[in-house]
Amino acid sequence: MTDTLTRPTPSGSPGPSQAPQRRLRASSSTKALLWPVLALVVLLVVNVVATPSFFDLRIQDGHLFGPLVDIARNSAPVMLVALGMTLVIATRGIDLSVGAIAAIAGAVACVHMAGSSAEGAFATAAVGCFTALAVCLVLGLWNGFLVSVVGIQPIIATLVLMVAGRGLAQLVTDGQITTVNNDSFSNLASGFVLAVPLATVVAVAVVALTALVTRRTALGMLVESVGINPEASRLAGVRSRTIIWTVYVFSGLCAGLAGLIIAANTRSVNANSLGLFIELDAILAVVIGGTSLAGGRFSILGTVIGAVFITTLARTITNVGIPSEANYLFKALVVVAVCLLQSPRARAALRVRRVRPAAPSSAPTAKAGPA
Amino acid sequence: MTTMDTDQAAAPRPAPDATPDAGVPVVEMQDISITFGAVRALDQVSLRLFPGEVHALMGENGAGKSTMIKALTGVYTIDSGRIVVGGEQVEFGTPAASQAAGISTVYQEVNLVTNLTVAENMMLGREPRRLGGINTRAMNRKAGETLQRLGLDIDPASLLGDHPIAIQQLVAIARAVDVEARVLILDEPTSSLDADEVAKLFEVMRTLRDDGVAIVFVSHFLDQIYEISDRMTILRNGRLVEERMVSETSQLELVKLMIGRELEALEQIDREVAATDSADTGAPVMKVLGLSRKGSLEATDLELHEGEVVGLAGLLGSGRTELARLLFGADTADTGEVQFRSERRRLRSPRHAIDRKVAFSSEDRKAEGVIGDLTVADNMLLALQASRGWLRPIPQSTRTSLVQEYIEKLDIRPADPQALMRNLSGGNQQKVLLARWLITRPEVLILDEPTRGIDIGAKAQIQATVAELARQGLSVVFISAELEEVLRLSDRLVVMRDRRKIAERRNDGVSVSDVLEIIAGEARQDQEAHPRD
Repeated sequence: MTDTLTRPTPSGSPGPSQAPQRRLRASSSTKALLWPVLALVVLLVVNVVATPSFFDLRIQDGHLFGPLVDIARNSAPVMLVALGMTLVIATRGIDLSVGAIAAIAGAVACVHMAGSSAEGAFATAAVGCFTALAVCLVLGLWNGFLVSVVGIQPIIATLVLMVAGRGLAQLVTDGQITTVNNDSFSNLASGFVLAVPLATVVAVAVVALTALVTRRTALGMLVESVGINPEASRLAGVRSRTIIWTVYVFSGLCAGLAGLIIAANTRSVNANSLGLFIELDAILAVVIGGTSLAGGRFSILGTVIGAVFITTLARTITNVGIPSEANYLFKALVVVAVCLLQSPRARAALRVRRVRPAAPSSAPTAKAGPA
Repeated sequence: MTTMDTDQAAAPRPAPDATPDAGVPVVEMQDISITFGAVRALDQVSLRLFPGEVHALMGENGAGKSTMIKALTGVYTIDSGRIVVGGEQVEFGTPAASQAAGISTVYQEVNLVTNLTVAENMMLGREPRRLGGINTRAMNRKAGETLQRLGLDIDPASLLGDHPIAIQQLVAIARAVDVEARVLILDEPTSSLDADEVAKLFEVMRTLRDDGVAIVFVSHFLDQIYEISDRMTILRNGRLVEERMVSETSQLELVKLMIGRELEALEQIDREVAATDSADTGAPVMKVLGLSRKGSLEATDLELHEGEVVGLAGLLGSGRTELARLLFGADTADTGEVQFRSERRRLRSPRHAIDRKVAFSSEDRKAEGVIGDLTVADNMLLALQASRGWLRPIPQSTRTSLVQEYIEKLDIRPADPQALMRNLSGGNQQKVLLARWLITRPEVLILDEPTRGIDIGAKAQIQATVAELARQGLSVVFISAELEEVLRLSDRLVVMRDRRKIAERRNDGVSVSDVLEIIAGEARQDQEAHPRD
C-alpha cells in the first residue's frame, strides 16, 4: 500500500469499481484483434515498399481493379472455410475434411453443368450449385454424426472424409479434369456487383449472416458454452449433440460454397488439387484471428482478418519476389511469428530476453568482488 | 522417543507375524507443516509407519490426507518438520527421490499405459536389455514372477487395457512393489472396485504386509478400514487428531474423531426449520424405486414431496452424491425407475430431468457448473436458454430483468452481469449457479455441497434461500458434508453409507450424534446380517 508512489503502476491495472472493469474488458477484446490487424498492416506496408502501386485502385468498365481488390476476391474461399472452421473449433473440434468437401462440391457442380444439354444456362449453373451444396450438407451431417453421436475424436472423424472425399470427388469427375463453359457460374469468381467482386460479396454476406445468427440467437453462446466446459453444459441441459452436429453441417456448407468459387475461378475442377491444403489455411486464419484451438470463445471478425492476412501473405510472396521454392517456408515462418506475437507468454519471454543481456555483464563483477 | 514407539508397537493387535524390528518405524514424519499461500494445509502433523502393517490415514475432505501423502512422496516440499526414513533424515525434492528411498504410490486413477502389455507397464523405465533392445522374454518372466509372488493370475504379455480397472490397479500395485518398496501408499484404491475386487486387493495387501511392507491405506469406506488396517492416524483440518490402533477404536469414536466437533456444543444448535408435517400429505413430486448403478449406488428408494427439504447425510463416498446424480440423470442408472407426478420413465440424460422440472447443482462447481469464460449473465441464463433451444433466444428485456432480479435477490457481487464468471469468488459463483436453476422454475432442486468452500456470508445466504424456497413449495434435496447444516435445513433425513441408504427418518430433533450413531452403528449389525455383499 505504502509503495504505490514509488512503484510505477501498470497502465491496464483493473480498478475496484465497475466502470474500469468494463473498460478493461472492452479493451481486452479489441486487444485480441490488435496483433492480427498489426500483422496485416505490416504485410501491406511491406507490399507498398516493394511495389509502390500496390494500393492503386482503378475503375474499368465500372469494375474495381487493383491488388487490393484481388486480395479481397481471393480471400473469399479461405474466409468461407475459416468461418465454418471457427464454429467447429469453438466447440473444441476441428474439421480437416473441408478441402475434400470443396473438391466434391466443385466436382458435382461442374459435372452437372458439363453433362447438361444447356451447359451455359443460368438455370443449369443454379441447379448444379444447389446440388453441390446439398451433397455438402450430407457430408457435413456425416462428419457431425461421427463426432457427436459416435463420439470419434474430431481430428480422426474428419480425417476419414479428408481422405475419402478426394476419392469421392475423383469418382464424380471420373478422374478427369472437367471444364465448364457457363458464364453465370464463372461469374461467381470473376463477376462484380456494384463494382465489387461477387465472390467477396458472397463471402462477406455469409460472414455477416453468420455473425448475426450466432450473436442474435443463442447459438453463439451455446457453442461457446459447449466449447468451454462440455460437462457443465451437459448438466445445464445444453443439447451439445445437436449443437456440435450443427456446426459440422455448417462447416461443410461453407466448404462447399468455397469449392464452388474456386471451381468457378478456373472454370474447371481438378479433384486432386481443388482446395488442397485449404483446411490448413483456414485453421491458420482462425488461430491468427484469436480463436483458441482449445475451444470456447470465438471471434468471427478475427477470422475474417486472419483469412485476409493469409491471402495477403500469398500475394506478398509473389509481389516481393520470393523464389517459388522458398515460398512455403516463408509462409511458415511468418505464420509462426504471428502466432508467437499473439501469445502473451511468448511476448513476456521476449521481453525478458531483451532485459537479460545486461545481467551477464553485472554477474562477473559481483563475483569478482569477494574473490 | 524409541520407548514410546515400542509401547505402541506392542499393542494388542500387532501384525500376525510381527517381524523383530516391528518396533522401529520405517518412516517417521515429524511435525510436518505445509502452507499454500495463506492456507495452512498441514500444521505440525506427525505420522509413523511400521514395517508389516497397514496404516489407515483417516479424515474428511480437506483434512490434509493428500497433502501428507504428497509430502511423503516428494510432490510437495515441506515448510518445517522432518522426515526420517530407515533411521536417516531425508529431504525429498522430487518424487523420484522418494521412490528411490523405497516409497511407492498407487493413486486413485491408474497412471499406466493401457496400450502396453502388463509386463511392459510393470517394467516401464527399467526394462531388461539385451543387445541394445528390450529383452521381452526376460521382461515377461520377471513380471510374471512378481505377479505370482502376489498371488495374481495375470498374463504378463496381455494388453493392460484389456483388463478391468481392478486388475489394472493390481498391476499398478505390482509395479509399485517391484521396485523394492518399503512403503506402499494406496490412495483410494477401492473407490471404483466391487466387493470381489476389493477382496482380491486385500489379499494382495496382506501378502505384502506379511512381507514387511508398510502400507498406507486411504479409503472412505469404514468397513474396509476395519477389515484391513492395523493402525490409523486421524487428521482434521490439517492437524493431527490422534494415532490409534484400529482394534481399540470403535467406529463411532472414529467418526467423531474425524468430524470432530464437540458433540455437546452441537446438540445445542437450534434448528431454524422445524419439521413440518404437511410433507406427508399428497402425492410425491418425484419418486424413485430401486435406483442403482454398479459401483456407485445399491438399489435405493426415495420420495420427494412438495415444500420439503430432504437432507442426505453420510460421509464422502457413502453414495450421497451418486444418488443425487442418478436422480438428475447425470449418470444413467442400471436399474430402477423414476416416477414423476404423471409419468414414469428412466432418466437417460440431464435433459430428461430438466424437462421434468428437476434441477441439479453439482458438488464440483468448477468442472461441472461454471462456464468460466462466459459472463455472469450467460451463466445464469444457460439452463433456461438450453431448454428453449438456440433458435428461441431469451428476449433482451427478459434477460436484463431476470439477471438483475437474481443479482439483487442473491446479492451477487460484483453486481455486473457482464463480469466474466471465472473472476468471481467461489461463493458468488455458487449463487450464480443457484440462480441458473431458479430461473428455470424447478419443482425439484438438488443441491450437492452448495456451501462447500465458500465464505460464511454466502453460506448463510444460500441456507436462507433454501429454506425460503422450500416454504414456497419447492422440493429440495440438500447434501452437505457438514451434518449441522443438513440437520438445520432438512425436514427429512436420509442417511447413506457404503453406497446404500441405511436410514430414513423425520428430522424431529435428530442430533448430530444420532446421525453419527447411525452411520457408525450400522456397520456391525450389517456385517452380522450379511457378511459380505
